[in-house]
Amino acid sequence: MLSRTADYLFWMARYMERAENTARMLGVSYEMSLLPQSQDAAEQGWRGLLSISELTSSFAQRYAAVSARNVMDFMIRDESNPSSILSCVRAARENARAVRGALTTEVWETQNQTWLEFNKLLRAESTLRDPGPVLERVKTRSHLSRGVTVGTMLHDEALHFLRIGTFLERADNTARLLDVKFQALGGGDFFGGQAKEGQEVDFYHWSAILRSVSGFEIYRKVYRNVIVPEKVAELLILRPDMPRSLAACMNDVVANLSLVANEQSAETLRRAGRLRSDLQYARIDEILATGLHAYLTQFLDRVGDLGVGISRDFLVPMAA
Amino acid sequence: MKMRFDEMHSGPEVVREHYRTYARWLAEQPAEVMRSRREEAEVIFRRVGITFAVYGAKDEDGSGTERLIPFDLIPRVIDKQEWRDMEAGLRQRVTALNRFIHDVYHEQAILKAGIVPAEQVLHNSQYRAEMVGVDVPGQVYSHIAGIDIVRAANADGSGTYYVLEDNLRVPSGVSYMLENRKMMMRLFPELFAMHRVAPVAHYPDLLLETLRDVAPPGVNEPAVVVLTPGMYNSAYFEHAFLAQQMGVELVEGQDLFVRDGFVYMRTTQGPRRVDVIYRRVDDDFLDPRAFRPDSTLGCAGLLDVYRAGNIALCNAIGTGIADDKSIYPYVPKMIEYYLGEKPILQNVPTWLCRQADDLKYVLDHLPELVVKEVHGAGGYGMLVGPAATKAEIESFRQALLANPANYVAQPTLSLSTCPTFVDAGIAPRHIDLRPFVLSGKSVQMVPGGLTRVALKEGSLVVNSSQGGGTKDTWVLEV
Repeated sequence: MLSRTADYLFWMARYMERAENTARMLGVSYEMSLLPQSQDAAEQGWRGLLSISELTSSFAQRYAAVSARNVMDFMIRDESNPSSILSCVRAARENARAVRGALTTEVWETQNQTWLEFNKLLRAESTLRDPGPVLERVKTRSHLSRGVTVGTMLHDEALHFLRIGTFLERADNTARLLDVKFQALGGGDFFGGQAKEGQEVDFYHWSAILRSVSGFEIYRKVYRNVIVPEKVAELLILRPDMPRSLAACMNDVVANLSLVANEQSAETLRRAGRLRSDLQYARIDEILATGLHAYLTQFLDRVGDLGVGISRDFLVPMAA
Repeated sequence: MKMRFDEMHSGPEVVREHYRTYARWLAEQPAEVMRSRREEAEVIFRRVGITFAVYGAKDEDGSGTERLIPFDLIPRVIDKQEWRDMEAGLRQRVTALNRFIHDVYHEQAILKAGIVPAEQVLHNSQYRAEMVGVDVPGQVYSHIAGIDIVRAANADGSGTYYVLEDNLRVPSGVSYMLENRKMMMRLFPELFAMHRVAPVAHYPDLLLETLRDVAPPGVNEPAVVVLTPGMYNSAYFEHAFLAQQMGVELVEGQDLFVRDGFVYMRTTQGPRRVDVIYRRVDDDFLDPRAFRPDSTLGCAGLLDVYRAGNIALCNAIGTGIADDKSIYPYVPKMIEYYLGEKPILQNVPTWLCRQADDLKYVLDHLPELVVKEVHGAGGYGMLVGPAATKAEIESFRQALLANPANYVAQPTLSLSTCPTFVDAGIAPRHIDLRPFVLSGKSVQMVPGGLTRVALKEGSLVVNSSQGGGTKDTWVLEV
């Protein structure tokens, strides 16, 4: 298939996945902000969210105060923010439009319909007053978008590049979510062993994180135990059967990448495989011992590097 | 008295034979049902994304530039025998036009015979010297032709079809023809049970066959692509639609490159050879090395590959020489010259302002004539005498005098009307018709074409850029 087509497909999937993850992240932050806490702590939560998305300075240029309402406005519907949900949905649709011939009619119509709907819904005043249902809707449309893709498209390169986009973006987003939330609690690399009185707060904190990745019930099912940070980290990083974990994402990235391999992609495939096996054979206590933040930072770098490699090998080849 | 011809009615309350079943059905439909169907159509068109881009325009939320072309629910119905005659006429006309283009770039026999003035061809801005002596497969140049046809009222109440214009370069609109039919079948399936409407949905098949037909010699499984200027082009939907329907790649200039005398596209599996390009990019932009150097829409070196016979371009380069408005008046003579036949379809009488006698006549009769620019398109740069103010006529007179060769004039035809839904209810509006004629190893077309309708009362301008809409076009098989 055309490199340019693959490029658009890859980004269409990434933007849609990003919109969903932003909605998830905002949802969990919003939920936590409703817990009894100090003004400072609440603001700290929102700041963390901006910083993990690398948006602190562009937010500061547009808004005076770090408040729930402002962050919601910025992250949901600010068109000057390329990572806002509205911008992502628009970008996903524009990418789809550029290659609508490579999509099934159902996939295209779903993408177009999502844009038409959100272009109205996200701009409505009620969106900021009560973001919950809107964020849910974003997830629903993203589920639909992914489902119609898998359910209607030929299992050829077009689908593989879409899937690579989805899982690479998801790996990135899950890692960021983990990073910001673990830092918010206890700060830095401090881990576990908190004072007893913190335990109740912790429960809500960890369960919110789990819910944001649809992992609460999964956690119970897998561990049949109370919620402890080590296990949360293990579930979201290493469990290959947890669909939003880093390990699961990398398994899917590698599987799809090997299906599209070409003459120049060996090195990118090697790096992807290496990253996957690092996850496969890692242990959570080792990761925590070296420091979660450092580990996730390194992971994000490697995911970024994979994106560059995929671009170079398949999407924007330089050689004429 | 003003002459009228309505496609549905032959007189007050008198419905033409081929419209009777439809008219009876329409009379039974409650107004609110039709209204809600109209809204439904609009929602579907938007969801499906059947839009065209308007440069510099903003939509209601100020964010985009995509517009819907208004779709009218009342079909334009053509009687079977009428279509048969029209089809024969189209076949004949397009065949002669292709012969003409081949002749112009080879022997130039028709110029030597003095039938078409040589200077009008050789000094025409659409004449491409690069094409002289170049042989194209099957000697076909305009593989996809859109012939604009109108029906004009005669004094006795009958109507006559005229060819208004030949579009031999990159005619568009066929996707609307297909989508309009899909929409009608979705909204009113019962109508298709009541009528035997000739299907049109196989157009992409015929198109693919045509494109494969003209692949360079020796290529057995030609790689066909559609070349688009990109998603911001007004006809992008159509380009994407046709590529998808044919199952071929939709490429942009940046996806193509030339190496060792062949054209390749950049794919995820490395370079792949391309054999046939259905290009929706104008000649001028096809190859920055040969034509406009600032073009980013084409592929550098394409012309050389083309001249060497290693790529097929559909349509060929240089077809504009045959659809130019100053060449148009000679088409009936071409038909006689090349085919030895009488033209089946009529031309509209045309005055060439480059000729002194014609110019004098035109200047004396401006208020009753339609004056067009020779290279104009889209309904711009024209004067519709009867609809123009005195001041408009005078300012046009000055433009005409300043550069007479740039204009042709025609009588103002009383275009036929078709009942159409407007805000006030159902009212007659002027229409035209663009059938699409495909020429590969044979000449093929689907019955009917795209009917465009001027939605403004009294307006004769059907172009979508100026408030035109479209209708489904039915050729009845019984």
